[in-house]
Amino acid sequence: MSFNDILKNYENFDIQKFFASVRPSMIQKAIDSNNVSSDQFLSLLSSSAEPFLEQMARRAHGLTCQYFGKIIQLYTPMYVSNFCENECVYCGFNRTNKIQRKKLSFDEVDREAKFISKTGLKHILLLTGSSRTKSPVKYIKQCVEILKKYFSSISLEIYTLTQDEYREFVACGVDGLTIYQEVYDKDVYGSVHLAGPKADYLFRLDAPERALAEKMRTVNIGVLLGLSNWQKESFLLGLHAQYLQNKFFDAEISISLPRLRPAQGDFKPKCIVQDKEIVQMILAFRIFLPRLGVTLSTRESSEFRENMLPLGITRMSAGSTTQVGGHTAIEDENNITAQFEISDKRDVGEMIEFLEKKGYQPVLKDWMAI
Amino acid sequence: MSDILRIDDQNLKSRLFIGTGKFPSKRIVKDVLISCDAHVVTVALRRVDQDSDDENILDYIPKSCLLMPNTSGARNAEEAVRIARLAKSSGCGSWIKIEVISDNKYLLPDNMETIKATEILTKEGFVVLPYMSPDLMAAKRLVDSGAKAIMPLGAPIGSNRGLKTKELVRILINEIEVPVIVDAGIGSPAQAAECMELGCDAVLVNTAVAVAKDPVSMARAFKLAVEAGRLAYLSGLGPVIKKADASSPLTGFLREAQKA
Repeated sequence: MSFNDILKNYENFDIQKFFASVRPSMIQKAIDSNNVSSDQFLSLLSSSAEPFLEQMARRAHGLTCQYFGKIIQLYTPMYVSNFCENECVYCGFNRTNKIQRKKLSFDEVDREAKFISKTGLKHILLLTGSSRTKSPVKYIKQCVEILKKYFSSISLEIYTLTQDEYREFVACGVDGLTIYQEVYDKDVYGSVHLAGPKADYLFRLDAPERALAEKMRTVNIGVLLGLSNWQKESFLLGLHAQYLQNKFFDAEISISLPRLRPAQGDFKPKCIVQDKEIVQMILAFRIFLPRLGVTLSTRESSEFRENMLPLGITRMSAGSTTQVGGHTAIEDENNITAQFEISDKRDVGEMIEFLEKKGYQPVLKDWMAI
Repeated sequence: MSDILRIDDQNLKSRLFIGTGKFPSKRIVKDVLISCDAHVVTVALRRVDQDSDDENILDYIPKSCLLMPNTSGARNAEEAVRIARLAKSSGCGSWIKIEVISDNKYLLPDNMETIKATEILTKEGFVVLPYMSPDLMAAKRLVDSGAKAIMPLGAPIGSNRGLKTKELVRILINEIEVPVIVDAGIGSPAQAAECMELGCDAVLVNTAVAVAKDPVSMARAFKLAVEAGRLAYLSGLGPVIKKADASSPLTGFLREAQKA
């Protein structure tokens, strides 16, 4: 069985018809429930739930304190290559974009890793563009070996792998995988992933399961907000997370809800997801799946991240750059190798100070190779 | 009357064990431990960062405390054993709280894997205190495997629901010769006192203190409750009478016969 079997049930699902049937009493019941059904989750995403936002926020805050405490885990992304064979219309790395392509040498990877480790961060997210020729598994594994000298937990955000390859990475010391479906609507998926391996919807959809079957410890999934109806997309993301939690009982599942930001190329988001909507989504996720990790990236502004802090966020990136070798690079001031623009530009020290001031404990180490 | 809890070769000056997760800052952990005179303190090894000068949680634990690292994050016996060995080699002593959780939804312990890990680690010289689901046979096997105390849950971790497993824990107290320490689920000082009145040897509290508005005062409240509960237990609580005495006793005829 794959999550696709569940998705199929919703292919012709009329979400507006469902929303029209939502009554305030249903929403109240969902907020108070300790075992929220998928229908209740969807009702929390409806516009009828808007008057309940404050109540939802109180419930979500309580659940987050109970299950996670006043804790935010910090990490930073590290891009090692931006060569890419995909044609994803929203992405700066799109193979048709004329950007400067770069791949770090192992010495550069070491220098970059060493530089980041001085901030005290122990969790690193290693990213590459999607190119099996320019950044093959062998190259990435070598990068992981270098990172192991400096970090206690290593996650990957790279192209989709086969189950055997996930096994190799787990054996090599990788404990986390970030892989976004970007958009669950199959038609929209096809219309924004024009070419390259990422155009294979199902191979990507099943990637979290392949990794978890090989005992990957944490898996972070997500949708790119702005590609399709946010309510339906976050609903399906929630079902995906729940499916993975139920099937892989010992794994830590988390989600990200990145909003589309300006990137190289002339893609314009199909819709802009508003602050109020993203708040509603995160609250609904927390109430639906109390143990779910929720990541908020530096795509969001510092003010927004500050306001979101008590509402269910458990992980934040800090000192981020989406440039290849961007942590040590000074020459690349024009962002010409970047995947997308960063909004919250605070460094790790500033983030730590900010969290402490807000009464949250920044956690720089939450796992180690065992 | 001396009433000292002894585990392995240690005389413990407090029956309130403290967990260090979920606190809004590391500094406050130190104030909490001082305010409740904690002796045994558990720390997730996954969060210990010994490379860091100001981020190492161990620096916030007073020297008078006994450090009991835990194997949080272990999904099976093998991982728990590896984390325990890492803890020992990084200088965290030989006490270990085994926590094997292969269920990330409710965080319920896996008794079978916990027994396996207890057996291995006891042989390696660890003082093992396993977190467990309150099951009598599992508890007996843990003791046979060398556990120096057992730590049954009162309710799921972080739930603050109290001693929901009371009837099962009562059986463990009656049948198990090593100390019984209720770990997880204790949400208020009243609930901690209830555990102690029942005859538990100690309680371990984390979430209820960590997420309190004032964790330092709350820790003190727990200390007092644990002491009160213990004292009540030792003093011998009177039986709870549910009904008034019957006015016409069923055996009254025996006395009537004597008179005649």
